[in-house]
Amino acid sequence: MKGKTINRLKVDIKPVKKIVVNFDNDYESNLIAILQQTQDEYGYLPKQVLKEISRLTDIPLARIFGVVTFYSQFTLIPRGKHAIKVCSGTACHVKGADDVKQKMKEVLNVEEGQTTPDYKFTLETVACIGTCFLAPVMMIDERYFGKLTTDKTVDIVEKYS
Amino acid sequence: MLKSLKSYDDLMAMRKLCEEKFKLHKARVFICMTGCRALGAEEVYSEFKKQLKKQKLESKVEIIETGCQGLCARAPVITINAPGVFFHRRIFYGRVTVDIVPEIIASTIEKGQVINKLCYVEAGKRIPYLKDIPFYSKQKKVVLRNCGVIDPNNVEQYIAKKGYEGLAKALFNQKPEDIINEVKISGLRGRGGAGFPTGIKWEFCRKTKGDIKYLICNADEGDPGAFMDRAVLEGDPHAVIEGMLTAAYAIGSEKGFIYVRAEYPIAVKHLEKAIAQARQLNLLGNNILGSGFNFDLEIKMGAGAFVCGEETALIASIEGKRGMPRSRPPFPVNSGLWNKPTNINNVETFANIPIIILNGSEWYKHFGTKKGTGTKIFALAGKVKNTGLVEVPMGTTLREIIFDIGGGIPGRRQFKAAQMGGPSGGCVPAEHLDLPIDYETVKEVGAIMGSGGLVVMDEDTSMVEIARYFMSFVQEESCGKCVPCRIGTKRMLEVLTRINEGNGSRNDVEKLKELAYVTKTASLCGLGQTAPNPVLSTVRYFMNEYEELIN
Repeated sequence: MKGKTINRLKVDIKPVKKIVVNFDNDYESNLIAILQQTQDEYGYLPKQVLKEISRLTDIPLARIFGVVTFYSQFTLIPRGKHAIKVCSGTACHVKGADDVKQKMKEVLNVEEGQTTPDYKFTLETVACIGTCFLAPVMMIDERYFGKLTTDKTVDIVEKYS
Repeated sequence: MLKSLKSYDDLMAMRKLCEEKFKLHKARVFICMTGCRALGAEEVYSEFKKQLKKQKLESKVEIIETGCQGLCARAPVITINAPGVFFHRRIFYGRVTVDIVPEIIASTIEKGQVINKLCYVEAGKRIPYLKDIPFYSKQKKVVLRNCGVIDPNNVEQYIAKKGYEGLAKALFNQKPEDIINEVKISGLRGRGGAGFPTGIKWEFCRKTKGDIKYLICNADEGDPGAFMDRAVLEGDPHAVIEGMLTAAYAIGSEKGFIYVRAEYPIAVKHLEKAIAQARQLNLLGNNILGSGFNFDLEIKMGAGAFVCGEETALIASIEGKRGMPRSRPPFPVNSGLWNKPTNINNVETFANIPIIILNGSEWYKHFGTKKGTGTKIFALAGKVKNTGLVEVPMGTTLREIIFDIGGGIPGRRQFKAAQMGGPSGGCVPAEHLDLPIDYETVKEVGAIMGSGGLVVMDEDTSMVEIARYFMSFVQEESCGKCVPCRIGTKRMLEVLTRINEGNGSRNDVEKLKELAYVTKTASLCGLGQTAPNPVLSTVRYFMNEYEELIN
């Protein structure tokens, strides 16, 4: 799906009202939390939803966009059902994370940051997920997979397919 | 249901009950449920529960889900107090799988017999008992005192281990100025990386006039290769809470924030639970322990920005803005969060406080060196046998950490360098293996202590590639606000990439040095100021590799 098509999709903005109202004591300093909960709800941050957040909180849309585009956790485009995060931290790097990354790209046929056409997987690299003793590591959703080899990676992804 | 504690005596009474409850009466299995989850700890735990229920042994065995037990290389890790003559000595088993659980129950838990194939091996010898394993015997666990030994989700176990007694002592027997003095004398320095004397920072904050002061715990731990803060937050969250309470009392703050990075969901979960329990016990909220002191905590999550580990960027993030640093002065202790005096400390720094107050600063000064007292946790990773968390007194040498505790380089390869301090640090080569580590000595050899990440490299690692790797990380994470960092790191990355690919030219190293000087001197914050360090340290010690690639 290209950018323009996504923005014309009909999105239900009712859920976002419920999220925002929890922070009515201070919208501004809770903007990041609002965006995180919104992204958990929708899987990404649709433009119409951001407009609604701006309307409800009185925070200018430009400022909201500024925050969304600054932090790597936020995405303006839909992501796959499973988020694959290959760690590229120092320890993982030294132990061959590059090979794991290459293999994932081949198996899924996507580049870093991209989603597979069937919206099953999104492939990302993360700077460090804090399990360096198991290098090289990747996370799929909230599960960790450590001491990876290129073969193991293929097996793991197949289980999710 | 936890009862609200209304006085010092209430806490002591609860302590007595908890100690009794936690006393070792029957066989006990400690299973690490934090990092080890990545290699199947949850399945092992479920299997234990299933088998014990099946064999009707539930009343005879206690299973405790713990935080990090340290020797992560052997994950999943369990330790056991088994019946027999050596009941009080814990047996260490590594690489525990689901199918071996029935045998562990039948042999070790029921009969006290050791299963050899699960034991740790060093120099061909099997070492079943934790206390005898060099990885453990050579460490000094101060910050990690409770990690791997208690269930982090059970506050009663924290209290059984003298938890919150330090706070009670501070609230009822000491004035804020006394506590600040105690921390000053202890010599505790910020464990986040900069090493600023903690007591002095607290003093600055206390002296700043203002009714509202904020306390922040920096749990952003962005350094790739560092995972000690994660272990403390997941394995002993109350130590951090108690440390923050003590600091808040000392500086005069009633509201605190723990800023945890988004990539640590388990840490957030454990912290939320711990905070809820502390509130139930009246250890957080109003009139804590009946002392008249008020303090409460809120968790704020990061959203994936390494630069938010920098204190002013972190403050901007809590305020709901883009996490971009600002110039200092004013320093946060004078004007920080929402322009109020704010004290920010690292997770490890806070976790040191309860035991410093409880045992006294003189006790703490016994460890370490003159300029670097106490202990430091190192996250040992890379080409080393025993990857995991190592806590040693300051002044321990690299050789002791990497070879005696770490077990040396696997595959009979040669040690080449140890990267210390993450992307802000440098590579320390073999000639400095006998360097006693403290803040100053590490700086002299071109690295920094940093958060304590220690990545070991062997003869196969290309040092130019490592410099390029760190520069690409920093370039990606640069917030873009100031020119020296935004453009300096970009240009340095371009030069490093072309050298690494074999397309370097004669004066490229000079170019790197020049760019490094400007970026280091003119950048607005620590990210840019330390970004050139890996390049400078690899040029200093491994110039031959640069020359080889250029020629």
